[in-house]
Amino acid sequence: MTSHASTSTSPVRRGAPGWLGRTGYVGLGGAVLIALLFGFVFVKGGYLLTVMQLAMIYGVFCVGLNFFMGYTGQASFGQNAFAAIGGYGSAILCVEYGLPPVLALLVAMAIAGVAAVVVGWPTLRLRGHYLAMATFALGLITYDVSVQWESLTKGYMGYAGIPPLGIGPFEVEDERAKLVCLMVILVFGLWVSGRLRNSRFGRALRAISTSEPGAAALGIRIPYYKLAAFVIAALYASVAGSLFAHVVGFISPEVFGLQMVVVTFTMLYVGGIGTVLGPAIGAIVASLLPEIVRSTGRFQDIAYALLLLGLLVYAPKGLSALSGLGRPRAAEPKPGS
Amino acid sequence: MTAADPRPAGPRDVDPRPALIEVAGLSASYGRVAALKPVDLHVAEGEFVTVLGPNGAGKTTLLRAICRLVDGAGRISFRGQDISTLRTHHLARLGIVMVQEGRGLFGEMTVRENLLLGAYGLGNAADEVERRFGQVYALFPNLRQRADQIAASMSGGEQQMLAVGRALMAGPKLLMLDEPSLGLAPRIAAGILDALGALNREGLGILLVEQKAPLALKLAQRVYVLASGSVRAELPAHEIGSHHDLARFYFH
Repeated sequence: MTSHASTSTSPVRRGAPGWLGRTGYVGLGGAVLIALLFGFVFVKGGYLLTVMQLAMIYGVFCVGLNFFMGYTGQASFGQNAFAAIGGYGSAILCVEYGLPPVLALLVAMAIAGVAAVVVGWPTLRLRGHYLAMATFALGLITYDVSVQWESLTKGYMGYAGIPPLGIGPFEVEDERAKLVCLMVILVFGLWVSGRLRNSRFGRALRAISTSEPGAAALGIRIPYYKLAAFVIAALYASVAGSLFAHVVGFISPEVFGLQMVVVTFTMLYVGGIGTVLGPAIGAIVASLLPEIVRSTGRFQDIAYALLLLGLLVYAPKGLSALSGLGRPRAAEPKPGS
Repeated sequence: MTAADPRPAGPRDVDPRPALIEVAGLSASYGRVAALKPVDLHVAEGEFVTVLGPNGAGKTTLLRAICRLVDGAGRISFRGQDISTLRTHHLARLGIVMVQEGRGLFGEMTVRENLLLGAYGLGNAADEVERRFGQVYALFPNLRQRADQIAASMSGGEQQMLAVGRALMAGPKLLMLDEPSLGLAPRIAAGILDALGALNREGLGILLVEQKAPLALKLAQRVYVLASGSVRAELPAHEIGSHHDLARFYFH
């Protein structure tokens, strides 16, 4: 009776939450705002460039973490461990073994991936709070190793003299060029995330986050997909760690410590966990907030906390969900067929 | 089985069709509470079987134990193959598909995404997926109109259609449904059951669990009455004449 109706001409449209929103004005406004922001940072330069560089790096980390915590709905407090593997891997391979940065980044990624499989296989059988505790332990252990194994990591002193990113004779040394380079990598990471989210693989991950029994009853192998999401998150984290090492030129255990866990969680929730663009938006906003409140002097921590609270109260699903405000609500359903 | 059974289990001998699923001595418990005492049950190829029973009779546990969503003891065979040790996701790929109580939809996803997840076991066989989309949309035209709508935003009836449609996308050999009429207006519930009847006439084996007797009896060929975790009676659907009979089975 409705054989002529194609799915694309459906009278009622409420797009899937995910991409910033197909028609939402808020989404469009957000995109314009971010573009203006980048323009401003580019022209002004200086310290803000560094802030934005770090935002891009955290963005890469959060886009990965979103696979595990957003799409799949699991908790990991230990993904900083894989950023540490990436960071120290890149530093050591470049400085001690003279590998070119890109190769070092890829090798470190492979090491992080293998580590994620080895750690994830037994750990991911745990659920909820237990999984959170186990991953938290993983982060703490990695931190301790990076402090204690001085012959490899130089301990608290940190690792300096890491060469900048580059291919062959081309090195990215200019701060603006670094930011462009990081932006390109983040956009690529987002593109991969968006493609995977809307693939068969991504649907299976999201099914698990809604209902594990429901997903299993449709033939989805839960442990396999959890592990895959965990490994993907670890790969992104490793890249973020490597990028930090090459962009800043110096790493220490503190870089990949507990602070990183707290900061990235904030970013994920502020931006919108489970959405494609949310993690990147969260990384940018949460990186800039401290700079915005800096003028309040010694009250800046309080101002920062108040701003975060405000965001969580008024945008509980994250900033990227605001784009959904402009959408029409679903029409009243017709009587059954 | 108690001595008060009006009729011992036995219609199995007269049904010439081969067994689709055979459950022998299936039991399950939550901690120390035995939700399901050893139960014997079977569904023949192309048969429509209904399990009736009051609240807490173990109906949901029965389906969940068959799907291995709860741990159970006992023997289950599917088309002659012992499947007692298989995991849930294996069973789905064999064609044992369940529509869970409360529908178990992925509410944040669109109708189309939910249906695609139903066809998960097909891998990337696009042609076959499209063919099944056609079948489901033919059965429930509403779903085609709402393909891009978020599942949770639909009416209860449409959500139930989606739950059945999603199960059909999996290409079931045995479709198990846990109270699909729950919370639906009688007319909508009847529409869903009509669709099940049509599927059964095409040869799909159906195991339906229901509390509402009249609806469930209309289509069933055979009925089990479950109470307090055990089968109180097994009989052809037309032999259950009135609610008085049922009450007798329930509270015996």
